Amino acid sequence: MKTKMSAKEYEQYIKSKVPKPNTLKNCIMAFIAGGLICDVGQFVSNVSKSYGYNQEAVSAITATTMVFIGAFLTGLGLYDRIGKYAGAGSIVPITGFANSIVSPAMEFKREGFVFGVGAKMFLIAGPVLVYGISTSIIIGILNYIFAG
Amino acid sequence: MASKRLGKQTIKLAVPPSIISAYTIVGPKEGEGPLAEYFDSILKDDYFGEDSWEKAESKMLREAVKNAIKLSGKNDSDIDYLLAGDLLNQIISSSFAARELQIPFLGLYGACSTMAESLSVGSMLIDGGYADTIVCVTSSHFSSAERQYRFPLEQGVQRPPYAQWTVTGSGASVLSAAGKGPYITYITTGKVIDFGIKDGNNMGAAMAPAAADTISAHLKETGRSPGYYDLIVTGDLATVGREITIDLLKKEGYYIEPVYNDCGIMIFDGKKQDTHSGGSGCGCSASVLNGYLYKEMQKGNLNKILFIATGALLSPISAWQGESIPSIAHAIAIERTIQGVS
Repeated sequence: MKTKMSAKEYEQYIKSKVPKPNTLKNCIMAFIAGGLICDVGQFVSNVSKSYGYNQEAVSAITATTMVFIGAFLTGLGLYDRIGKYAGAGSIVPITGFANSIVSPAMEFKREGFVFGVGAKMFLIAGPVLVYGISTSIIIGILNYIFAG
Repeated sequence: MASKRLGKQTIKLAVPPSIISAYTIVGPKEGEGPLAEYFDSILKDDYFGEDSWEKAESKMLREAVKNAIKLSGKNDSDIDYLLAGDLLNQIISSSFAARELQIPFLGLYGACSTMAESLSVGSMLIDGGYADTIVCVTSSHFSSAERQYRFPLEQGVQRPPYAQWTVTGSGASVLSAAGKGPYITYITTGKVIDFGIKDGNNMGAAMAPAAADTISAHLKETGRSPGYYDLIVTGDLATVGREITIDLLKKEGYYIEPVYNDCGIMIFDGKKQDTHSGGSGCGCSASVLNGYLYKEMQKGNLNKILFIATGALLSPISAWQGESIPSIAHAIAIERTIQGVS
């Protein structure tokens, strides 16, 4: 072939050929889905508060319940269908975090409980945990030095 | 230059081998697609009675081989070589199937170009006088490919609109020195081409330049025009890759659009089946070739086709290391009669 294009030229050229995601629609869907998930969380929080639990216990109950819901829907094979429409709306809340741990655990069950479920469970959530915890340690140290 | 070579990439088979039988087996989703009636077997369950997707894929490949041999009227012991490859690491679908088939086995890896690669090598072995009967086969499985290259199935992620859907399917062809066609007349072997695409979701754009390069080399070295063929068909470029291929070949002076289609577009109904740009995977071109194309050639609805299977030669590791996607395309000319061959 005579045609030669640099990677940059080609990338520029295919931009016109590739269908673009509908960003506005995706944002609206994510907003609605994410909002609904947060509504459920708020509902759980309000209910547990009405039972007289203190704020710490309410936070724990809410997080646990939402993680359970996310994991349960993943197990039923529904969370990926929600995710197809909701996008970031179902990834960002804690239910999405549960989904990212349960889905590889299910997928790699066939490779056994040690090298499959155990090793692959944090395939996607692992980096989030590593950098989340690292960042909180750094902030903690800075806080100790400057504000302590 | 060797007497059967026409140029740097193309060879002309002196005694063109025939595809004497073909068999396809596909998954449930492919069985709901527009080509359903052309597939020999449609699975109801993509586990195929096995306990893992890898085993299911290997079983599909094995069954495709067994049934293709049965259709050809030959016995397993008549087969001189099994040429096979697939997408899984270390081509386990093929070699695990070969473990049971006990046919002399050459494992090939050309990613999704394997169907054309195996037919190319098989034709050369037969024309060279090294074999009488050869089985060429390849397979892919949506679920085994997804877990190797992308995300766990149950993870809630959105696929970009240009993403492709890996076909669950396997197709096998039996090649023979003695047969009444369709004949494999010319082979154009591709070079590895890389235009710098890094997005693993955008396979069509990564592979299109390889397809255009091979088609252009084929037409140049055989002196044929695109119109010589009833159909020029690429393996799995899908909607995005097809347009790019048409564009790139226009720049080379070849206008292929009227006779050009892509197996990835043909196998699914993109709108109804939510497959975005179209199908992909070794099983895509293998099942369309051995299902639709082979049967249409037998009926006489297609007489001359140029089949170009396209492969993206990336691995999950190369992708993580930020490498771009090298691609390849191999072309074979399949003709019902051999008047064109002197």
